[in-house]
Amino acid sequence: MTAHNADTWLVVPLFNEATVVREVVRSAREKFPNIVCVDDGSKDDSVEEALAGGAVVVKHPINLGQGAALQTGLDFAFGQTGAEYFVTFDSDGQHRTEDAERMVERLRAEPLDIVVGSRFLDDRTNASALKKFVLRLAVLFERITTGVKLTDAHNGLRALNRTAVREIRITQNRMAHASEIVGLIGKKKLRYAEEAVQIIYTDYSRSKGQSLWNSVNILSELLIK
Amino acid sequence: MDQIIIKVALVLVFLVFGAILLRPSASARNQAMRTLGLLVFLAAAIFAVVFPGIVNQLAVMVGVGRGADLVLYAFIVVFIGQALSTARKRRVHDTQITELARKMALSDPQYPERQTP
Repeated sequence: MTAHNADTWLVVPLFNEATVVREVVRSAREKFPNIVCVDDGSKDDSVEEALAGGAVVVKHPINLGQGAALQTGLDFAFGQTGAEYFVTFDSDGQHRTEDAERMVERLRAEPLDIVVGSRFLDDRTNASALKKFVLRLAVLFERITTGVKLTDAHNGLRALNRTAVREIRITQNRMAHASEIVGLIGKKKLRYAEEAVQIIYTDYSRSKGQSLWNSVNILSELLIK
Repeated sequence: MDQIIIKVALVLVFLVFGAILLRPSASARNQAMRTLGLLVFLAAAIFAVVFPGIVNQLAVMVGVGRGADLVLYAFIVVFIGQALSTARKRRVHDTQITELARKMALSDPQYPERQTP
């Protein structure tokens, strides 16, 4: 491991991913030496597996949801010495570290606060037609309500600088945090850009992937305060 | 259109509930309003029990057939208000629990055994 990306922290929400998280962390650490996994009350050996892979682990005493885990991880990473860039990354292996690296490079090189991954800037990612349709609807909804022009509303891969982490405070504990982040990008006038990324839909990630029913839950979480 | 008064009144109350639900604030004034509202409701309940005839007249006045219907409407309104305020309270509790759990998580990070610097 070199000093490469030593100023960057990967923030990985972790919930019952014992079967894959060790390998995900191990391979991500080849590019990103600093990884914090936020265990969200896993019932399996996720914590031990993440530690074995080489990640720092902070543990929620109870399950709070992915949004809450992201915020906890960002809080932790933000407090680490020398931390300049922060990447939100999934624990189930559907994100690629190559994409994450490119996004951090853009933060270094360009006047940007946040780079958001998008599945729809090119054709590499395969998603079902219905899923694409619902995601497009979500994008439209967000454009209207936030004024932020993104092509992929719910991509979990994002790279943030310190300004973005300071301004973005996730209060939507469960699924609606992605929309909340987009809303905050608009409200706090963060400088944003999109980067084409590929989501690896394995049988594993598909088997536990987000059900489309969640879009209803997300809407209700957003609207009812 | 018959029963216009009761319809307008009920719809207005529901709209106000909706507005309260969508607007995040829990001030001292809201708290006081709730307490006062509860007292008024209790007084009205006692009144209705003691003078059912007057409730009946009131019902006819606002366009509802019987006093019993008016009482039922009032009950529904109060019940929905109660449900909404419970949901609101639960959200506040959720936020507090989140902050608490986050503090606990951050106070005790676990580090991997350092095999690499």
